[in-house]
Amino acid sequence: MEQEEFIKKSSILEVKKQYPQAQDFLENIGLQNLPEDLSLDEALLTVPEDDLAQFDLTRKSLPEQLIEFINTIRKIKGTCTQVKNLTIIGGENKNRQKEKITLTVKAGEIISIVGPTGSGKSCLLADVECLAQGDTPSKRCIMINGGRLSDEERFNLGNRLVAQLSQNMNFVMDVSVADFLSMHAKIRLVKDEQAVVKKCFDTANKLAGEKFSDDTKVTQLSGGQSRALMIADAAYISSSPIVLIDEIENAGVDRQEAIKCLARSEKIVILSTHDPLLALGADKRIVIKNGGMDKIITTTDTEKKCRNTIKHLDDTLLDIRNRLRRGELIENIDELRNNI
Amino acid sequence: MKLVTVSGPPSSGKTAVILQLIERLKQDESTAGAVKFDCLTTFDKAAYVSSDVPVQIGLSGKFCPDHFYISNIEKCVQWGIKNKFDYLFTESAGLCNRCSPHVQGVLAICVIDSLAGVHTPRKIGPMLKYADIIVITKGDIVSQAEREVFMFNVLQANAKAHVIFINGITGQGAFMLRKHVQTAREVVSLQDYRLRFTTPAAVCSYCTGETHIGDNYQMGMMKTMEFR
Repeated sequence: MEQEEFIKKSSILEVKKQYPQAQDFLENIGLQNLPEDLSLDEALLTVPEDDLAQFDLTRKSLPEQLIEFINTIRKIKGTCTQVKNLTIIGGENKNRQKEKITLTVKAGEIISIVGPTGSGKSCLLADVECLAQGDTPSKRCIMINGGRLSDEERFNLGNRLVAQLSQNMNFVMDVSVADFLSMHAKIRLVKDEQAVVKKCFDTANKLAGEKFSDDTKVTQLSGGQSRALMIADAAYISSSPIVLIDEIENAGVDRQEAIKCLARSEKIVILSTHDPLLALGADKRIVIKNGGMDKIITTTDTEKKCRNTIKHLDDTLLDIRNRLRRGELIENIDELRNNI
Repeated sequence: MKLVTVSGPPSSGKTAVILQLIERLKQDESTAGAVKFDCLTTFDKAAYVSSDVPVQIGLSGKFCPDHFYISNIEKCVQWGIKNKFDYLFTESAGLCNRCSPHVQGVLAICVIDSLAGVHTPRKIGPMLKYADIIVITKGDIVSQAEREVFMFNVLQANAKAHVIFINGITGQGAFMLRKHVQTAREVVSLQDYRLRFTTPAAVCSYCTGETHIGDNYQMGMMKTMEFR
C-alpha cells in the first residue's frame, strides 16, 4: 500500500529515481514526456483518455500496471541468488537401463560432460536447463540445494536460474558493446552499473584473442570476441547461478581462463566438450554412453599435471594457425616436434 | 474439450510450438485438433497433416482477419467437440499487430521469436499483453544477455504472464508448456464469452472495396494523422 501511495503521489522524478524501470514502462506507452514535477495521478489528467485506451489503459489502471511490473522485476531479482548446490539424480539411458549415478555440484565447481557425438550430452544439459523432475524422457531429477522442486517453483525459477552459452549463439541487436552492457546491467538492477560494465568489458577483452573497443557494434564482433563477451557477461552481469555451456571450442577465446572466470563468480558451470583442455580443466567429468551417464571421473592429480603438456600442444597448434594467418610457410614442423 | 488460442507474428514459430506441444500431449493418449487462421494463403496445413493432426484452415481473404476469426470461432469449437478432441488449438497470426484473438476464460498463448528485435514485445500489443503464457522461440541462437533483455521487454508489456522458452525444432521447453495447457479450462461453447480486447473500430469506404485515394472517396470512421 505504501509503495502504491508513493508511486501515485510522489513526483514522477522521484518515482523514476527510486524505480529506474518506470522510465522504460512509460516510454513503452508513449508517455516518456510527462511533466516530471507532477505526480503520476496529476500528470495522467493531462493525457487524453483516448490515448490511454489505445493501450487499454485508464488513469486508474496505468499506475496499477506499473506497480505490477516493478514488483515482477524485483521478484525476479530476488529469486536468483542462493543456489549452493545442484544434484543430478540418474534416470535411465536409451536402453532403459538405470543410471546408477547421483552427482552433487557445488557453487564454484566446474563439471564437464564428455562422450561421442550424439551420445546424449546436450540432452543432459537440457535436463538441467528445465530442472527435470523425473518427467523428461531420461527420467532424471535435478535437485536445488538438496530439495526437489514443485511445478510452481520450476515455472518461477525456470528462466532465471540457468544461463546458456553455445557455439550457435549470436548477437542480433544493433547496439554498441558499451550500450549493450549497460542495457543489460540496467535491467538486472545491478548496483554500481559503471564499474560492473567496465569489469565485464575488460574481462571480455582479456579473454578474446583480438582486442575490440567498446563502441564496436555487438553484431560486428568476430566469433571469438562474441563468445568472450557472452562469457564475461554471464560471469558479471547475468544473475543466473548456473551456467550451461554447449561446446565452445576453438573460437579464438582463452577457453580455460573463460571457464575459470565463471567459476570464480561462484557459478555452477556445466559444459559439454570434446576439448581435452576444457575437459581436464573441470573438477569432475561425466562420461555419457548410450544416452546415459556411464560414470563420473574426478580429475586426478596426474591428469592435472598432463594438462601442461596438452596446453603446450594446443599452443603449438595455435602458433601454426597464427603463422598461416600471417602468410608464413609452415615447413619447420620437425623443430616443433622436438620442442614437444 | 480444452480450447487454447495461440497468436503471434508471422513466422514466429506458432505451428512448430503447437506441433511440439501436441506430440507431448499425445504421450498420455490425449487427442488434439487445430484450426489455422490466415489472410491469403497458408502452407502450414501440410505440417499438421504430416504430424497426423486434424486441421481446418480459415482464410479471411478480403475480410478483416480479426472479424473473420471472431465470427467463426464458435463453429471451430463445435467442430472440435464433434471430433471428440481433448484439445483444440486455434492459430492466428497477429495480422496488423493491433488485435488479439484471446478470449476471456480461454487459455491464451502468444508466440514471439527472439530474433525479431528487442522492441517487438512493445510493438505487438494486445496479443502479447492479454496472453496468459508467452512462448519465446529461437532463443538457442541469440546470446543469453539478449534473451534476458528480451524477456524484460516482454514482462514490461505483460508482467503477469508465464514466460517459457521453447526450441521449436528440438521441442526443448515444450513439456513445460504442456503442464500449463493441461490446466486449461473445458469449454462446450463460446456463446456469451467475451474477447479480451476490442477489434478495430474502423468501418469505412475502404473496408468495402474503395481503392481511390482522396477526400472525395473517404467515408465512415477515419483517423487523420497529426503533423507536429
